[in-house]
Amino acid sequence: MSDILIKGGRISDQRSRAEKEFDVLIINRKIAEISKKIRKKGVKTIDAGGCIIAPGFIDLHCHLRDPGRPDEETIESGSRAAVAGGFTTLCCMPNTEPAIDNEGIVNYIYREANRVDICRVFPIGAITKGRQGKEITEFGELVNAGVKGFSDDGDVVDNANVFRHALEYSKIFKIPIMEHPLDKALTAGGLMNEGLVSGRLGLHGSPAVAEEITVSRDIRLAHFTGARLHLCHISTRGAVEIIRKAKSEGLSITCETCPHYFFFNDEVLASFDTNFKVNPPIRTEDDRLAVIEGLRDGTIDCIATDHAPHSQAEKELEFTHAPYGMTGLETALSLIIMELINKQKFTWSMIIEKLNINPAKIINEKSGYLKIGDPANITVIDPEIKWKATPDKIYSRSINTPLINKELQGKCRATMVNGIIKHFDE
Amino acid sequence: MSHRKDLIGIEDLTAKEIIHYLDIADRFASVLERPIPIVPTLRGKTILTLFFEASTRTQISFSVAAKRLSADVINFSKTSSSVAKGETIIDTARNIEAMKIDGVVVRHSAPGAAKYLAENIDAFVINGGDGSHEHPTQALLDIFTMRQHFKDIAGLKVLIVGDILHSRVARSNIFGLKKLNAQVTICAPPTLIPIGIESLGVNVHYNLDEIIDKYDVVMALRIQLERQEAGLFPSIREYRNLYGLTRERVKRMKTGGIIMHPGPTNRGVEIDPDVADGDRSVILTQVKNGVALRMAVLFVHAGGKIE
Repeated sequence: MSDILIKGGRISDQRSRAEKEFDVLIINRKIAEISKKIRKKGVKTIDAGGCIIAPGFIDLHCHLRDPGRPDEETIESGSRAAVAGGFTTLCCMPNTEPAIDNEGIVNYIYREANRVDICRVFPIGAITKGRQGKEITEFGELVNAGVKGFSDDGDVVDNANVFRHALEYSKIFKIPIMEHPLDKALTAGGLMNEGLVSGRLGLHGSPAVAEEITVSRDIRLAHFTGARLHLCHISTRGAVEIIRKAKSEGLSITCETCPHYFFFNDEVLASFDTNFKVNPPIRTEDDRLAVIEGLRDGTIDCIATDHAPHSQAEKELEFTHAPYGMTGLETALSLIIMELINKQKFTWSMIIEKLNINPAKIINEKSGYLKIGDPANITVIDPEIKWKATPDKIYSRSINTPLINKELQGKCRATMVNGIIKHFDE
Repeated sequence: MSHRKDLIGIEDLTAKEIIHYLDIADRFASVLERPIPIVPTLRGKTILTLFFEASTRTQISFSVAAKRLSADVINFSKTSSSVAKGETIIDTARNIEAMKIDGVVVRHSAPGAAKYLAENIDAFVINGGDGSHEHPTQALLDIFTMRQHFKDIAGLKVLIVGDILHSRVARSNIFGLKKLNAQVTICAPPTLIPIGIESLGVNVHYNLDEIIDKYDVVMALRIQLERQEAGLFPSIREYRNLYGLTRERVKRMKTGGIIMHPGPTNRGVEIDPDVADGDRSVILTQVKNGVALRMAVLFVHAGGKIE
């Protein structure tokens, strides 16, 4: 058992929310000591000078394409990408082939995650059988097998009655229904956000109101049923405002956004780069600013990646035919640093809330600020380092991100999962 | 004049660049009046017209233009989508590159396809229409025709009637006309107008009868039956009643006003047959000017110099 000493980093203090310089000692995979200038011989030492030492990130929303598309991603490659990006826990969405709608697939994912032994991987179960939006899956069996939430992500549960029943039925198990809130008819054929830019480019638009209508519907149903609702990838000002109001009325709803919704606006689509084709689409500058405000005031609880790997062959198709989605596990941290920390002056404690504290609560996992006695799930972040996201540096099997070959700032230097170093940047 | 490799959209151009194309087209228009309307300018150059979407007049127009410049022309049409064929546009690009083609005119149903091709090959690329994005040579020939008729584009009052939402012709014309300081108004059912189009500096009207008497140019766009099927307007009959260029409506146009249409026309739908063939119509002049204008475009992008 190799013990670890992380020296000279800064830690966000839970009470003061300020960053203070501390060393962290890990013995027998657990945090044994957090104090200034720890001296210990015979342990592996990580120099964390200038770095932030944070609890490992939890991604509530990623696509690992396993089972089904090993050319795009596997549990192994996705987990490697995760730890390279500072994540120690992944929740993988059930739009696999076949879908995660039965115990066998859940067991497969746990078995595979254990075999590769890189990070924690928690499956999200499908809300409906085959993700068809018709009959709800056997929640009991799936929860028993270990799913942490239910979602038909990629598709909305179009039928309000089916969605109502899913919410009601989920109350037996106290786990969240994670909705992909986009009205199906209004988004049909939408290639980008509908607005001034889509009008200029002639790309068929998907309007913000498609998200806002479904967010409203879902919030009313959550209120009506008293179930736990989590809204995925919130991207519009209207949706942020609806959620803010619902929270002020005391409803137990949570939501997430993704780095591309606070980093880009729809002007980037003028490049016709299919890597910008995502669903929901990248919105306007006004929406982007509203998402940042939502993160700042706590309306938006989490930052999730919506890591969506796709093959180069498919992303090289014409804009109309290319699939939706961009990868995110390995670039999320840089976008958070470049936008939220550097420009918007978020504190690290705010970021840790969005990437660890709140996501952990949503999936009923114990986590939080680094504490003595806890298993060492830790990420060490160098917020200053400049790097270029060249394909050879990417662990994911897919490189469908507009950030490929771009200069970025901030990177994960080391990631420990359960006391073992799973990623280390020399 | 800065030389750009490709012509992808009018949005990218400066007013000066637009005028440059028009001025060169003027010269080629006179070449086309000669007994032997052909010049040796592009001898030895190979131009490929690559049409992934059905077209007759645009492809023929480019092909005639290239031949009038003595270029070798290869015409290729493939209406099936590349997805069905399992071949991406990038494969097509690599093949073109391997065959040492000098220039490509491409039409494709996907917005951005021409730009994507242009970014991946050394040959120059002329956008012959990419989905509902842009159709730059159509707008240039329309503006050329307007300039021929009215001498000056600045201050010209132009009305575009029809499916603006899906029209690359409308987009390219709006960009071009605004750059040359024309006044542009669009008129269509709100379901066929992009949200926020006013930001491009155009006026928006829904009622054609209230405004038809105010314009120097009235341009009708082709209305496609599939838009009705998608529920964007209730019927062809109602469309004609509200937005068709009927004989009665056209009578109310201002003296000297002209009627344009990028073709092909749906006679009896967006334009009545006797209006399309009538005195105000310059539809065939547009087609004729298309050749001169496309000669100018090929000439500029093949690196031609004016003595």
